[in-house]
Amino acid sequence: MTVVKEESGGDPEGDSGEGEAREAYVPSPRRIERERYKRARARRATAIAALSTLVTGVVLYLVVVNAPGWPRTKETFFSAQYAREAFPKVLEGLWLNVRLLLVCGAAVLVLGMLIAVARTLRGPVFFPLRALAAAYTDFFRGLPLIINLMIVVLGVPALRLQGITVDPVLLGGTALTLTYSAYVAEVFRAGIESVHPSQRAAARSLGLNNRQALRYVVLPQAVRRQVPPLLNDLVSLQKDTGLVSIGGAVDAVRAADIIVGRSLNYTPYIVAGLVFVALTIPMTRFTDWVTARMDRRQAQGGNI
Amino acid sequence: MHLAQRALRRAASTATVALLAVAVGCAPQPEEKASDKPSGSGAEACAKGELSTEVSGKLTIATDEPAYEPWFKDDKPANGEGFESAVAYAVAKQLGYDKSDVVWQTVPFNKAFAPGEKTFDFDINQVSISDERKKAVDFSSGYYDVRQAVIALKDSKAAKAKSIADLKGVKLGAQVGTTSLNYINDVVKPTEEPAAYAKNDQAKSALKNGQVDAIVVDLPTAFYITAAEVTDARIVGQFENQGAAPEQFGLVLDKGSALTSCVTDAVDALREDGTLAAVEKQWLSDAVDAPVLK
Repeated sequence: MTVVKEESGGDPEGDSGEGEAREAYVPSPRRIERERYKRARARRATAIAALSTLVTGVVLYLVVVNAPGWPRTKETFFSAQYAREAFPKVLEGLWLNVRLLLVCGAAVLVLGMLIAVARTLRGPVFFPLRALAAAYTDFFRGLPLIINLMIVVLGVPALRLQGITVDPVLLGGTALTLTYSAYVAEVFRAGIESVHPSQRAAARSLGLNNRQALRYVVLPQAVRRQVPPLLNDLVSLQKDTGLVSIGGAVDAVRAADIIVGRSLNYTPYIVAGLVFVALTIPMTRFTDWVTARMDRRQAQGGNI
Repeated sequence: MHLAQRALRRAASTATVALLAVAVGCAPQPEEKASDKPSGSGAEACAKGELSTEVSGKLTIATDEPAYEPWFKDDKPANGEGFESAVAYAVAKQLGYDKSDVVWQTVPFNKAFAPGEKTFDFDINQVSISDERKKAVDFSSGYYDVRQAVIALKDSKAAKAKSIADLKGVKLGAQVGTTSLNYINDVVKPTEEPAAYAKNDQAKSALKNGQVDAIVVDLPTAFYITAAEVTDARIVGQFENQGAAPEQFGLVLDKGSALTSCVTDAVDALREDGTLAAVEKQWLSDAVDAPVLK
């Protein structure tokens, strides 16, 4: 809200030179008054917001702490002793979640893109490919993830095929990739179809063939447009990696489970929940940053 | 300007008042339930069939679904068959409740320990008594002394184990929240991280599929699994008790429940008059001794 030298208050001579004869700009009293008033309003708004936040916090605190079951709840869900015990175990389990997220995330992006491209191919010769891709997305988006995991993690090893792994982590990762690539394929497809047909027409008229038009003109725009929903799916995947514990693998939530089962104290769940939130926050901020940067690039010359 | 200020101020104060009103509205009502239950002390408080149960005149007993053999039969807790079903009805009779006054309720294992109002009088679900768990719930006295056992497929290397040391290099599995898993972590201390399953069913299928070499369950369950469910598996052996006292299953009651002492008296009486031993013989008799792993 500082005043910068931007206008010379109506110079009658129209002299725009850098002469010393020109006086330094002095803001008019009215302008100073206006600035002061704006600052006062901003301060006032901040104060009101702070006060109302404080009141809300105090009220919630009093409601929770005066509940008849609070001492018992506090002991069961917020015990420092169990939090200390659970934290290292939960972190150890979280490493599995993170590894799964990185590997499955990459696989999901590649597979999703392939399926989306297969679905948007033109020409009658590609009909079987289109139909197959459509059937795949329909099936795996509709199939509950937990059932998908059950079938892959517990069903595939029952076949006793030579050379097929029985490792629950690898199988669970496969199931996650199947489901999530169906989601991501739809996100990519929406992006591809949102690129205006004139873009493709322009590319073709410049002499690019269909594949080149897709590769150099359509996909770059489609992907850029779909970054926020894609990261949304990745955050979701990050939380669902814990479901591979169906096969007995110990992830962050299962590590908490083990302590809860022994002690009947629920604090480890709270610890695991907070750790996941802490992992999600950087991803969310990254998403916001990417979105903001894209907005800046698209709205060159400032927002209107 | 002043108008806007006034409107703002009014809005802020209205919001504050509304919040406070909501808070007062949400103000907790004191629990009357706890006070009108007589605190059970002495035998005269345990009047036959007149306990201050959840539903007056009825005894509400909880267990999980599915209810496994040999503890229950055909997943029907109410049929009186299976060890725990028989124990539940014997306790009910001891407390003065007829078979018709017993109401069964499905409560998942984990839900039985959550704080807050309990919807049942007691829960019977192969829950082992431990001091740590006593901080969260009340237990009756123990109605069954349990041992943990190891099962492995007959043709696996784990099946040849003769001692705890032989199991160190083996991939083991057990159900989460069970003492079986504690035995793996505290007694065997295997080199490979044990697999932890949400349900015993998943542990069984992992054993069949060769995803784990051996699983740990309680001894009666082990006999049932090897006899009826995974017939190409066998019991490798059983563990000795971890502490000086044997591990026992107890009935689970709400923390500070008025019924705890009455239910405990009932279980003690059943142990003294030989009812528990007879029921055990009837339903768990095929649980002959397995070799002890040292």
